[in-house]
Amino acid sequence: MAWELNSDRPIYAQILEKLQVRIVCGTYKPGEWLPSVRDLAAEASVNPNTMQRAFTELERSGLVITQRNMGRVVTQDVQLIEAAKHRMAVTQMNSFFENMRQLGYSDGEIISLVNQTANTADNTNT
Amino acid sequence: MNEQYMNAAPLLQINDLCKRYPGMGSYMSVFHMNLTIPRGRIIGLLGPNGCGKTTLIKMINGLLAPTSGTVYINGMFPGAQSKRVISYLPERTYLDNGMKVRQMVDYFGDFYEDFSKEKAYSMLESLGISPEARLKTLSKGTKEKVQLILVMSRNAELYILDEPIAGVDPAARDYILRTIITNYNPNSTIILSTHLISDIENVLDDVIFMKNGSLMLYTSVDAIRDQQNKSVDAYFREVYAC
Repeated sequence: MAWELNSDRPIYAQILEKLQVRIVCGTYKPGEWLPSVRDLAAEASVNPNTMQRAFTELERSGLVITQRNMGRVVTQDVQLIEAAKHRMAVTQMNSFFENMRQLGYSDGEIISLVNQTANTADNTNT
Repeated sequence: MNEQYMNAAPLLQINDLCKRYPGMGSYMSVFHMNLTIPRGRIIGLLGPNGCGKTTLIKMINGLLAPTSGTVYINGMFPGAQSKRVISYLPERTYLDNGMKVRQMVDYFGDFYEDFSKEKAYSMLESLGISPEARLKTLSKGTKEKVQLILVMSRNAELYILDEPIAGVDPAARDYILRTIITNYNPNSTIILSTHLISDIENVLDDVIFMKNGSLMLYTSVDAIRDQQNKSVDAYFREVYAC
């Protein structure tokens, strides 16, 4: 099944995000080998060069480390992964707040709505 | 890897290429095209009907003589040598309707030294096409699949696919695109012309836009998305709006 990709943003950037999510949420665990570029490109139905570009970015951020001629592993630096997780959470929150403000909510109203929603979710979960 | 390629001529180089068909007056189907295509890319050749895509492709394959200008493949003019390294899927089918699929596979195996029968049979099996079927008993779409399988089973340096997915169903289209991705090799390049841009744009590195026989744009898919904030498909519709 091809990965769900938007049409209006660079493909490599979207793939990069999806790979980051997989690392952050532990689909790919610290110190674990990553699938090959070719396999992941086939899974995502994207060009191998595009997948390669996303990997290069991941290497630059330090989340992924290339072992010469052997492949790539996820970093064992858990703090680095936590920091990436935090950055992604902040991005999500910022865009959420931006969207809510566009609807005309004040920050106070947004927070109380968040609490309300969290409470309802708690009740339905238990 | 292959050291002979390191300093060699580009895979495909087109210099000031023009084509005027007899009886068309001064109208140029291809007009002063310049193009250099490197190895290791998957490239979409895009443009509206009649913009010169197929004419360009036929000149690259040596099936049409240019009115002026030159085509070089690995630094050589189109000819027997270039046909050894180019695997070409024409827009129309040329297979012998009376033959069985298996006979076609043998035929290609005899003809091209870089042809892999193993690859062909494995793709035929994945798409559920019987090697014992006669071509005339197959539907139009299935015939196109057979032809594409034959072309993709070669281990060529340049694949030129003229409208490879137009006639096949979406599921087979996905399979074909996956085949293209998994067969990808850094020494070879695939050029494919199509109108079905949204189906293939995730697979492409670069796109070539043609208009009235001229090269309008040659850039990467992600550059278009970066600069235009839209897909290649949406950008195409904007550029060629009627």
